[in-house]
Amino acid sequence: MATGPAVALSTTAAVLDGYGRRFGDRTVIEHVDLDLREAEVVALLGASGSGKSTLLRALAGLDPEAEGIVEAPPERAVVFQDHRLLPWRRVWRNVIIGLRGRTRDDAIRALDEVGIAARADAWPGTLSGGESQRVALARAFIREPRLLLLDEPFGALDALTRIRMHALLRALCDRHRPATLLVTHDVDEAIVLADRVLVLADGRITTDLRIDLSAGRRRTDPGVADLRARLLSQLGVQEDAVQPEPPLEP
Amino acid sequence: MAATALRSREVVVGPGAARSRARPVAALRRVGSSRWLVVAGPLLLLGVWELATTVGGVAPQTLASPATVASTAWDLTKSGELPDALVVSLRRVAIGLLLGVSAGTVLAVLSGLFPVGERLIDPLVQMFRTMPALALVPLFILWFGIDERPKVLLVAFAVAFPIYVNTYGGIRGVDGRLVEAGRVFGLGRWGLIRHVVLPGALPSWLVGLRFSLGIAWIVLVAAEQINATSGIGALMTNAQNLLQTDVILVGLLVYSALGLASDRLVRALERRTLSWRQGLQSL
Repeated sequence: MATGPAVALSTTAAVLDGYGRRFGDRTVIEHVDLDLREAEVVALLGASGSGKSTLLRALAGLDPEAEGIVEAPPERAVVFQDHRLLPWRRVWRNVIIGLRGRTRDDAIRALDEVGIAARADAWPGTLSGGESQRVALARAFIREPRLLLLDEPFGALDALTRIRMHALLRALCDRHRPATLLVTHDVDEAIVLADRVLVLADGRITTDLRIDLSAGRRRTDPGVADLRARLLSQLGVQEDAVQPEPPLEP
Repeated sequence: MAATALRSREVVVGPGAARSRARPVAALRRVGSSRWLVVAGPLLLLGVWELATTVGGVAPQTLASPATVASTAWDLTKSGELPDALVVSLRRVAIGLLLGVSAGTVLAVLSGLFPVGERLIDPLVQMFRTMPALALVPLFILWFGIDERPKVLLVAFAVAFPIYVNTYGGIRGVDGRLVEAGRVFGLGRWGLIRHVVLPGALPSWLVGLRFSLGIAWIVLVAAEQINATSGIGALMTNAQNLLQTDVILVGLLVYSALGLASDRLVRALERRTLSWRQGLQSL
């Protein structure tokens, strides 16, 4: 695996070229070519077991056995589905973990950006799920990443919190403009957040769609329903197919 | 019929029923929570003891009376015998613990972090662990004589194992996902050890420390009774030769107080160093 010296084109933040991954005899990812451009939010959809998290881990530099060319900038950050905050370090220390010469003030500024500066001195164990993911976002964005990798970051949150987090993430991405790869199995989340939606199936990228709707229209535009149905069918789900009526209980 | 069913259910869930059923339970709970009950047991025991030794005909060579024990404790304290013995015993335990805990911790970190260390250290430790520490007394006396060294080293030897086993387990049990996250966010090898692995293993280390303290006192008692001229154990052995059950009982009480005190010490240490867990515990 060739992890990266900074990529030549300034607008391209990360590249996969002939990337593949095998676990023993099982080929999870056959062949993927992919460019991630700066300031672009790319959603990667896939059924569970499709290898979408595996692809993200390769870009995160966490998979030494990835095949093919994987080029990613060293300035990268990851937000995992589980917040992965160190329970024995206060919130603000978690934010600047691994960074040299950063102070509590820097951490508080980053926490303020995600609306949770008041909990800077709390222990992570006392935070709610939504609060923990906000801290995880602060920990990612304080690094000013050129490549931001999100591995189902809102998967464990309740529906209301998730909507709030969507708006927050969109705002953060617009301000910091990293190349963003959002791995998710939630089609609606992909449509709301992404500029470009990929579907990973059978070890390849089977769909690569650009979403041109403005953020404000994404929840209401009639085109969304069509897009949604197309993406779902790519994932092997026929949402509108007539379901057999369940037998009535006597 | 529907009406009676409804009514009977009302009786069950009604407030009156709940109260009448809760009353004896509440009364019991009130008695159970009152403070004097905590000392009632020991007081009862003390009363029986006193009666047995005064009017019950138990000879003082068999069991001294509580009053005698109390006055003996006072006499031994005044004469300086008890404080001197206490200092000697405390010193032995302290040095032994320091050595044993350090050795156990270092070995656990080496074998927990490095595959080479694991292969080299773990089988050896597991081999020695099955050896009862007290069985080593004769050998330690031959090797180290009869002064302080065999006692201190025996304590050190015995306490190293619980520390090792727990710390090693703690290090191995550190959440791999946290290690991975630490690596992603720029922690190097030393950073991972310092911020992720060691703090993650600390709760287990403290469990080991608690075991170690308990074992330290047990081993010291044995070592001091077999071969010593000073310390609480020696005091008790001399008393045994002179049929002074009062002195023996004073020694026993001191040992139990020391055990209790050291347990409190570890608890306090846990509260201080594991304060991050408070949020989890209060849930």
